[in-house]
Amino acid sequence: MDKVMQVSVFSENKPGRIEKITRIFAEEGINILAISITSTNGFGIIKLLVDKFELAHEKLKQNGFTVTLNEVLAIEMRDSPGGLHEVSQILSGKGINIENAYVYVVESRARAFLLVEVKDIEKAKEILSKEDLKFFRPGDFK
Amino acid sequence: MAREDIRTFQLEKLRKLLRRVYDNVPFYRIRCDEAGLDPGNIQGLEDIRKLPFTTSDDLRLNYPYGLLAVSRDEVVRLHTSSGTTGKPKALFFSKGDIERSANLIARCLTMTGTGKGDVLQNMMTYGLFTGALVMHYGAEKVGALVIPAGPGNTDRQIALMQDFETTAFHITPSYALYLASVLQKKGIDPGKDLNLRRAYLGAESYSEETRKKIEYLFGIDVYNSYGLTEMNGPGVAFECTQKNGMHIWEDHFLAEIINPDTGEVLSDGQKGELVITSLRREAMPLIRYRTRDITQMITDVCECGRTHRRISRILGRSDDMFVVKGVNIFPQQIEQVLMGVTGVAQNYQIVLESYDTLIVKVEMSKELFDGNIEHLVKLQSQISEKIRAELIVKPKVELLEPGTLPVSEGKAKRVIDNRTM
Repeated sequence: MDKVMQVSVFSENKPGRIEKITRIFAEEGINILAISITSTNGFGIIKLLVDKFELAHEKLKQNGFTVTLNEVLAIEMRDSPGGLHEVSQILSGKGINIENAYVYVVESRARAFLLVEVKDIEKAKEILSKEDLKFFRPGDFK
Repeated sequence: MAREDIRTFQLEKLRKLLRRVYDNVPFYRIRCDEAGLDPGNIQGLEDIRKLPFTTSDDLRLNYPYGLLAVSRDEVVRLHTSSGTTGKPKALFFSKGDIERSANLIARCLTMTGTGKGDVLQNMMTYGLFTGALVMHYGAEKVGALVIPAGPGNTDRQIALMQDFETTAFHITPSYALYLASVLQKKGIDPGKDLNLRRAYLGAESYSEETRKKIEYLFGIDVYNSYGLTEMNGPGVAFECTQKNGMHIWEDHFLAEIINPDTGEVLSDGQKGELVITSLRREAMPLIRYRTRDITQMITDVCECGRTHRRISRILGRSDDMFVVKGVNIFPQQIEQVLMGVTGVAQNYQIVLESYDTLIVKVEMSKELFDGNIEHLVKLQSQISEKIRAELIVKPKVELLEPGTLPVSEGKAKRVIDNRTM
């Protein structure tokens, strides 16, 4: 299973933060594959799956952002009715709780990835490696 | 010097002082007459209590020359103390005042180990503010090499420290914290890469936690310095190597602690406002000047053996104190809590929007961010709970991105009061 890293950015809940992040990415030729935003009590965390995560991390840091990289599970699923259900059935069957999740669609109506954050990623990877699941590979960055 | 001798010395100086101001300052002559105090007949130090306090308003009303006790051509230097509103306060020094203020700083520096061979980087503001110049003269007096760096331009400060092997520096606590963060960013370890041994911190009140943090970050000894422009500037009271309260130089200053609301003189050990009479200033001596600084007198004899009494670190300014939900709060109490929390940076701000909400803005620590929002929510409630435990008032805590609060290179503005009466 290849390591898939997401970029997590701390942000106060105020206008202009996403604008600044995306401007940096545009300048650096970094492609955003998927994005998720969670906010509460006046602040939030923006999570991004990008093609060049190390460069993205570095550039955001240089621009003063509070940013970290963390690993997520990227599980392939069909982009058609029932696709997410098949994957989530396996996760729940194995007792793996989803802390946060979002989706990266590779080919519309054909193939997508469920990006999942879990409490203990090593354990989850071990359990899921025995299942009939496909995971993200570097070639899936399109 | 035995306590009795200090008091005898003070009484002798007080008699001369009252004679001098009675003869030369109409403001004080009227006050003595109104109080029925005959400057030729002072029985003891307590007689001074017959006179009313001198306040910063008195200084403003008599601006600029009204309180001079010498003729204008005897005055060789002007300093001002900024007020938040209206006119500044004008303070004058005679040649002798400059000499005596430098001698007092020299005493403070010698006491804490700075002397010939030391390199003192003076990072206070040079100019109308007394902080830098008074220290400068005193440091030259003990034979240190003084670098008049002034505040700000942090890259240059660091280059000066590296090139001239600075051993001691004079700085505000907020700028010291900022300097430490810049050193860290540059990968400079002060303990290994610099020659620093001690720092003198003044101009803002700060907590014991902040002192320990600065000592740790720089790998140095930090000494607390107290002063105010009205009383020469720095060097009114200073910590010895025991770091347990600041010796107030009673051969120059007569100190009282009062209840700031009633004006009643409090006994030693009780918390209140520091009131000082400058016994030996020539150009512009002040009688019972209200400093607005809250402290307490420590009376047991210091282990260093000096008999000058000590004042505790400044607990707050009676001006800085604010009231939320009927509770008296000093910014230092909040600072103390924040310094004990991991996960937040050193900068903070208190915002008051109404009389029942206290907003505390703190910056996230970049290093401890792990992308988990639950951890941040927990941190937020932990801070809020700790402040509530300290103040009784539960604040609204806002987590900010690092670097969003204004960085101060002079005096930090911690409280933003947007309330209207």
